[in-house]
Amino acid sequence: MRESGAGTLDTHEHHAERGFWRTYVFSTDHKMIGKQYLSLGLFWAVVGGLLAHVMRWQLAWPDTAVPGWGEVGPETYNVLVTMHGTIMVFFVAMPILLGAFGNFLIPLMIGARDMAFPRLNMLSVWVFALASLVLLVSFFVPGGAASAGWTGYPPLSAKVEYTGVNWGLNLWILAHALEFAAFLMGGVNYLTTAIALRVPGMTFFRLPLVIWQQLTATTLFLLSVGPLIAGAVMLLLDRIIGTHFYAAEGGGDPLLWQHLFWFFGHPEVYVILLPAVGLVLDVLPVFARKPIFGYRWIIYSTIAAGGLSFIVWAHHMFVSGMDPRLAMPFSITTILISVPFAYIMFAMIATLYKGSIRFDTPMLWALGFIAMFIVGGLTGIFNGSAPADIYISDTYFVVAHFHYTLFSSVVFGGFAGFYFWFPKMFGRLLSEPLGKIHFWLTLVFFNVTFFPLHNIGLAGMMRRIANPLEYEYLVPHQWINVVATVGAILLLASQIPFVVNVVWSLLAGKTAPKNPWEANTLEWTAPSPPPPLNWGATLPVVYRGAYEYSLPDMAEDWLPQDRALAARSR
Amino acid sequence: MAISAEAPAIPGILPGKVGVWWFLASEIMLFGGLIASFIVFRLGSGGWHGEAAHLSVPIAAVNTLVLLTSSLTMVQAFATAERGDQRGPRTYLALTILLGLAFLGIKAYEYTSEILAGFTPGTGIFWSFYYTMTGLHALHVLAGAVVNSILLGAGRLRNPHRLELAGLYWHFVDVVWIFLFPLLYLA
Repeated sequence: MRESGAGTLDTHEHHAERGFWRTYVFSTDHKMIGKQYLSLGLFWAVVGGLLAHVMRWQLAWPDTAVPGWGEVGPETYNVLVTMHGTIMVFFVAMPILLGAFGNFLIPLMIGARDMAFPRLNMLSVWVFALASLVLLVSFFVPGGAASAGWTGYPPLSAKVEYTGVNWGLNLWILAHALEFAAFLMGGVNYLTTAIALRVPGMTFFRLPLVIWQQLTATTLFLLSVGPLIAGAVMLLLDRIIGTHFYAAEGGGDPLLWQHLFWFFGHPEVYVILLPAVGLVLDVLPVFARKPIFGYRWIIYSTIAAGGLSFIVWAHHMFVSGMDPRLAMPFSITTILISVPFAYIMFAMIATLYKGSIRFDTPMLWALGFIAMFIVGGLTGIFNGSAPADIYISDTYFVVAHFHYTLFSSVVFGGFAGFYFWFPKMFGRLLSEPLGKIHFWLTLVFFNVTFFPLHNIGLAGMMRRIANPLEYEYLVPHQWINVVATVGAILLLASQIPFVVNVVWSLLAGKTAPKNPWEANTLEWTAPSPPPPLNWGATLPVVYRGAYEYSLPDMAEDWLPQDRALAARSR
Repeated sequence: MAISAEAPAIPGILPGKVGVWWFLASEIMLFGGLIASFIVFRLGSGGWHGEAAHLSVPIAAVNTLVLLTSSLTMVQAFATAERGDQRGPRTYLALTILLGLAFLGIKAYEYTSEILAGFTPGTGIFWSFYYTMTGLHALHVLAGAVVNSILLGAGRLRNPHRLELAGLYWHFVDVVWIFLFPLLYLA
């Protein structure tokens, strides 16, 4: 990317000069890196989704052969549980919501030609690819893949004898380490780019909210992952050279891992949630044709929630055997965190109030996110309060809760962003009817799959059990498991319109105009798809915030950030 | 007019410096997690005085001095480069690398004598922490020495900006040791 002073204005020609490898594989272009993250994330979504379906089959019809897989024993089931969680959180949610959208949107929305450190950015995606390879290899080493749960609690994870998994778990730790390194590089890049490379006029309080959410998420990640890396080093040393960090017999304490893990783990769920909230916040005003409600207070709420997320971690540990006196303060901080999030949800709904709503596909997904996330947010209050949580801890109620929050973030939030920015990313329009079919089917079968899990959780079904029929009291509730599994199979089938839509659009879709949604932010001033370095000779200049829709005394109901107004009418 | 990926940064902000500070913030949390875990265990158990007494305070004190001196030479490399000095940065950077390597050498000698005396990472929780914390720190010293060697090899030392960035990292590694020395050896 570093070119001599005699660079050419014809970026397209320049683009062609770089050849296949430099354009598609070893690219330093933030847009290509975003697409690489997107591809890797979608690949892992398929793997993680298939693992989930093997699990669901086993739960509905225990110990029958799963089509295309065979019988699932309890050991295999542990692997499925572990790897499904690991893959979905670290190899699907993060690369898609942070890696893909962060890389693609940050420079385009702040008016930068690329990231602050383009080569570091390329290294980031390649280290992530290496992490993916390591995780993939871990399925095929002797002893199989990690099976100590996605949280990897010791003592289960600390000794080979307990799970029978040796290299699978070591590689699991290594894959995490590489993944964290990749996102640390990405995070440093995101923050530096947004601090140093904004175009003239783009003040912090004119940034689109998705950028604020990305930056807050990145900051949370940078500041929370250190203790987990320290914890992972200790776990690896316990396994390999026989230290005693987590072994009570050597003076260590298994609870140490839970503290370090969840010190990271709770901010991590906001690392996933916030970018999704950002995508939705940027979609809503465009399709409601109204300014966002309470722009600054959304930012303050986001930062407050981010700050609070560092002091709530022990709500994951109410039944762990930690000092019970800690339960009350952590319940209080946990329930406090619903205040800023309730504000953000309120602002989303208030943005819709009296808007001229256009129900295009991105808007449907955004509305779906609001509805589904509120369900997950409300069940979170039960989990966060220690007396209730002691009853529902480690049951399917918790499973339902975190699927309503994480699935709504990654799938509903992610698809809102995907359908919205697809024309900018690939220069083609998607089919609206197919997109709407995709949305409605996903919404219905998502609820068929996950809502019953609340009920079976309250009936006492524990997480991570391989065969519910072994427990007499669960036998009468087995029909709920069957419903959830049928829902899950149909949920997977509901993604067919999406695949058809994308393939058809890429091959034969209509060419996208510069600004198909009549949106205000800077990325819509660049061609679709933007060339390398994003704009021609001159960068846009920013005159106002990102959400000036339906202004009085204007012929159009939108006013782009870069349009200079000669004189404002009184 | 040429368009270049070297986007015009906002005047007064050096992207490299912003990046290094964010990186250091995450590093602080890495060592912070280790140190916090150590302190919690230290407060919770009584027998640690005895274990820590097997460490050699004089050797570690000498090592502290070596590392602090290396920070001084690192600053000197930057200061001479800012003055436009030709030879100063090279000399001081080379000295910094040598002092860093001396620190690692002394640390290796210390490890050897401890292991020969029978204190391995598996001996007990104190030793698990001791080897992990000092080992992770030593890796950071090594990484700093590698960064400094690359700068020295690239020979573009008249630009003080790069020296400043490498210096930020080097001083951070130094400060970590300032925490580790009293925690492990003296407390």
